[in-house]
Amino acid sequence: MSLTQSPLDSWLPRVPLGAWTESAVDWATGALGPFFDGVAAVVEALVRPLNDLLTGVPAVVVVLVLAGLGWWLRGWKFALGTAVGLGLVAGMPYWEETMSTLAQVLVASTLALLMAVPLGVLVAENKRASAVARPVLDLMQTMPAFVYLIPAIFFFGIGTVPGVLATLVFSMPPGVRLTELGLRQVDKEIVQAAESFGAPPWMVLLRTKLPLALPTIMTGVNQVIMLALSMVVIAGMVGAGGLGDVIMFALSQVEVGSGFEGGIAVVILAVVLDRLTDSAGDRFPSARAQRLARQAA
Amino acid sequence: MSALIVQSLYKIFGNRADEAVRRLADGKPRAEALAGLPATAAVIDANFEVRPGEIFVVMGLSGSGKSTLIRMLNGLLQPTRGSVRVDGVELTTLKPAALRKLRREKISMVFQHFALMPHRTVLENAGYALEVAGLPKAERRERAMDALRMVGLTEWADNLPHDLSGGMRQRVGLARALAAGTEILLMDEAFSALDPLIRREIQDQLLELQAELGKTIIFITHDLNEAMRLGDRIAVMRDGRIVQIGTAEEILTDPANDYVAQFVADVDRTRILTAASVMEKPQQVLDVNAGPRVAAKALRESQTSVVYVTGPMKKFLGTVTEDEVLRALREARPHLDGYVSTERVRTVTADTSVADLFADCAESQHPVAVLDERDRLIGVIPRITLLSALAAATPDEPTQGQDQVDLVGTKGEPA
Repeated sequence: MSLTQSPLDSWLPRVPLGAWTESAVDWATGALGPFFDGVAAVVEALVRPLNDLLTGVPAVVVVLVLAGLGWWLRGWKFALGTAVGLGLVAGMPYWEETMSTLAQVLVASTLALLMAVPLGVLVAENKRASAVARPVLDLMQTMPAFVYLIPAIFFFGIGTVPGVLATLVFSMPPGVRLTELGLRQVDKEIVQAAESFGAPPWMVLLRTKLPLALPTIMTGVNQVIMLALSMVVIAGMVGAGGLGDVIMFALSQVEVGSGFEGGIAVVILAVVLDRLTDSAGDRFPSARAQRLARQAA
Repeated sequence: MSALIVQSLYKIFGNRADEAVRRLADGKPRAEALAGLPATAAVIDANFEVRPGEIFVVMGLSGSGKSTLIRMLNGLLQPTRGSVRVDGVELTTLKPAALRKLRREKISMVFQHFALMPHRTVLENAGYALEVAGLPKAERRERAMDALRMVGLTEWADNLPHDLSGGMRQRVGLARALAAGTEILLMDEAFSALDPLIRREIQDQLLELQAELGKTIIFITHDLNEAMRLGDRIAVMRDGRIVQIGTAEEILTDPANDYVAQFVADVDRTRILTAASVMEKPQQVLDVNAGPRVAAKALRESQTSVVYVTGPMKKFLGTVTEDEVLRALREARPHLDGYVSTERVRTVTADTSVADLFADCAESQHPVAVLDERDRLIGVIPRITLLSALAAATPDEPTQGQDQVDLVGTKGEPA
């Protein structure tokens, strides 16, 4: 509190927002304990096997699989780039950490999308839900990333689980937003055409709106993964493991070398994931059709 | 029984709809009636019936409410007030599921910008209604193919809509509606996005299909020429209200108010007006058994030089001129048989458009004879009548009348 407080300021009521939040979190820790334990068990059950798989197989296999995926989705140039980039990471001392970061990103973003896309559909179809969701999403997106870690620690202690869950919450908003946007942007006349032939709402949604919104939704998927990657590093602060740990350690010891190595590994992982998911969106027939239509226009 | 009946139908957007309807009910213009209300009226007190098998055109400029009107006919928009009955079923009170059933079975729609699904092939688009109806795939394919055949697009069945030109895409839109097999077709500015030549072609195609299928079509357009070309009857809309309903000819020759008159001022009347609407009663018609003396008397009394001659069953035979009557008199023949000539007169049918009359009028020495389907003489069209009919039809447009005189002039018409 400021020392040069003007007398007028005493008119303002004191709002103990922090205290309220604390007591809410306290209450939740106690009352919802079993729920959080269940969530933790699920996340744990997802992350661990994937982590074991990625770190268990030889690095060469992982590099080749991702390069092959790149070849299929984008062509040989990207495959070559992927192989060189990931080869470089494999040549550094932090391959295992990179793989555990990848495992966390994949689990967090998959879970985030499993919630974000249905939420986006709800928000696009329902005005009231949209009115509620908008400020909540704004809040989630502007809240500093570190803040998510605090309740995560409260509910889940330290380790991989709070890291993944904080990442999940942090990366969800663009998934919701872009799903909503994609659905709203579908040509009204096409939706009316579907309705005019007597199609029920679920059919209009599944066979018309969602396929046509898919390119935008895939942009959302891409954004979610990118945000998850950025958050997973921050989650190193709660001992989530992976590259986050490497970078936190380098930061505390002021070790330029290992900090740079960890950073480069994050960058390479980010580029590979970004390009892969970006082009995955273009492989759907609806995306192709719409791209062609745009070119023709 | 009417295929579709619309009664006192209103659509108000915005708030306080009841108050808006109350204020509009006494017929005041909408801008005046709704001043100060947070509401806009798209459709005001629409009343009409569409007969089975007719093309009913709703014509109006943008903002006249025609697109809103058509969307209330299949429940895409919920009317504020009034009644829509499709095949006897009141549509405004139907539950969503019943409404969808009605759309599947009774009424389908063609859209202005085609509204094809870009991720589905032409065939899948054409079969959409059948897919919604839950038909098995083989039957769906067969019926969609039939519909594509009707519009001449079978070889494009496996392409995506993107591969097709605008005109072809709209034919897919039409095929999709036809495949649904509904009696009623709503067409919302269906041809407006096409360029003029293509538009004409697809209009012709629609008319051909209609002659074959006899659907009930409600066609929305802002193009008067299109309305006149397609419509069995036309409803003219202005500022949310229907100001006149009638055939193309009725609207041209007897506009309900100045707005309609002004609207139709630009239309090419020569394509709408028919021989029947401009012809005159033939003055001198004689049976072929009449004697030359009777003919001479008729010529003398009417101060003309030609008599139209009919045979058994009033069948038109040709004309005799004063020279031939004189010759018959000299040769003391008992009747006109043998003097009748068809060389100096052209004949047309009653439904010939005025545009097609010019050549006949120019080449016919005597007024053109108008015959009915059994070749009976029902009227004649002297050149001056043709010209004055055009002049009378365009009171505010002297230049247009002038154009038409010039047009005749170029065909070698002597003054």
